[in-house]
Amino acid sequence: MPLTQLETAAPDSPEQEYLWTLNFGPQHPATHTTLRLVLTLDGEKVVDAVPDIGFLHSGFEKLGEHLDFNQYVTIVDRMNYLSPLANEIAWHHAVEKLLNIELTPRCKVLRTILAELMRMHDHLLNVGTTGLDLGAFTAFLYAFQQRELIYDIVEYASGQRFHTSYTRVGGVSFDVNEDWANKVRKFVKGFRPVHQEIHKLLTRNRIFIERTKGIGVLTKEDAINLGATGPVARASGVVRDLRKDEPYLAYSDFDFQVVCSQGGDCYARYLVRMQELIESVKIIEQAIENIPQGPVNIDASTDIVLPAKPAVYRSIEGLIQHFEVLMPNRGFDVPQEEVYAATESPNGELGFYIVGNGTPRAYRARTRPPSFVHFSIFPHMIRGHQLSDVVAVLGSINIIAAELDR
Amino acid sequence: MFDLNALKSRFGNGIAESTFRDNRRIVVPAESIYPILEFLKVEQGFDMLIDVTAVDYLEYPGATDRFGVVYSLLSVANNERLIVKTFVNPPNPQLPSVYPLWKSADWLEREVYDMFGIVFPGHPDLRRILLPEEFTAFPLRKDYPLKGVGERHNFPVITRAES
Repeated sequence: MPLTQLETAAPDSPEQEYLWTLNFGPQHPATHTTLRLVLTLDGEKVVDAVPDIGFLHSGFEKLGEHLDFNQYVTIVDRMNYLSPLANEIAWHHAVEKLLNIELTPRCKVLRTILAELMRMHDHLLNVGTTGLDLGAFTAFLYAFQQRELIYDIVEYASGQRFHTSYTRVGGVSFDVNEDWANKVRKFVKGFRPVHQEIHKLLTRNRIFIERTKGIGVLTKEDAINLGATGPVARASGVVRDLRKDEPYLAYSDFDFQVVCSQGGDCYARYLVRMQELIESVKIIEQAIENIPQGPVNIDASTDIVLPAKPAVYRSIEGLIQHFEVLMPNRGFDVPQEEVYAATESPNGELGFYIVGNGTPRAYRARTRPPSFVHFSIFPHMIRGHQLSDVVAVLGSINIIAAELDR
Repeated sequence: MFDLNALKSRFGNGIAESTFRDNRRIVVPAESIYPILEFLKVEQGFDMLIDVTAVDYLEYPGATDRFGVVYSLLSVANNERLIVKTFVNPPNPQLPSVYPLWKSADWLEREVYDMFGIVFPGHPDLRRILLPEEFTAFPLRKDYPLKGVGERHNFPVITRAES
């Protein structure tokens, strides 16, 4: 029988003097990253939880004001390091909206495939480690084996396994070829059987269900009021997916469904992520067969993307253009305007609020990180549950401390 | 649905509207920010507060006010966004907290306080969130340099004798 939420007295009332305080983190295997919780416990029941964050704060937003739009991509990479390319795509989506750049069809489809691969990458880690934290080690190995294959695909495209810095304003740094497409096809073909095996290991596993069902419940009203987005909101019945509601890249061309659940508990969030893996596979299957031919970057004469290398070496115009792009205070024609643009990152709505002041650097580069808002919901979710449920709830909202603290 | 005329007839003509790309934005006076946001939430269905952030306009060409505070609202049912912006100035930049309207304002306002020093009266727990409690400066202000002055002495040094 799933555990039910118990009534709790206020932590400072006199009959609660026997409460004790437990420091959870900042270095604890189940927090996965560096975050700290100060838990007030009544026996094993969590009366209150106060998150203490900022251990990984490294001033990313300040750096964003001093690096140009292409340089900053190396920093946004390091925000949500489980899906680095999704951050890059979100950042350049916002920049391209500010500069009013329309991408080429090939680039749109290519970025869509990469964004979906990153969603799978993130969800696989989340599903695997949620199982791991609750004692189901095997599913974790299946998930991580598939993640390695995604790393290989990304490495083949960009030259980097992890922090790829792959996208550029107006395109990507290298085009992909047919070998890459075959790698993706091979991965997608092999993924569904593995997904089935993870399903068999976890979905009807009695221990897993008892540890997750009814734990960390978030109702629909609370999810909206507390600002939850992405899988966390969808597991609570909020039908919202930016890929459908505000289509960007090439998402409007593909057939997929928004996955929702009514439960709002850790189990519902697990199920939503599992089904979203299949929806991502569906998108990739459609996209990989329909990558348009043609250039991947926008026209080099706009002075936004670098011209092709042969043009740089063999013609004076190409050389001039190359330096126009790379020299400081040249290149981008940036309006004195402010823009907010968001994408559906694996964790939720990842938005950037960019203020342009006419120079190729952002005057203000605000990140709206989903982890930050989700972690502020955590005390609301955990109150009244047991100490051992802390890891289950933490795992299910997928906190990435680098994105949390920036 | 967002109805600018209803908003203007209720709160006067101090509201400026503009559109850039697909962003709809209104600029409102700081003293009526709370009633306007309450009106937008209750009457016009903006049930989600996506983001609260601030911009320091110290070095911005043509700017007259120091800080802009930006609220990004979202209506889940109507799939509609609205960006509400207001301006505050030193020496005491402050705005009423919108925590009673949206609980998601809790950490978002704390971060704005942490980075810009804008105070939100009515917030239940306005402490620094990302930086240590002892920190004295507000690093995302434009008069704060990229490479630091004076951070080190905020952290006590433990000598070998004390350890």
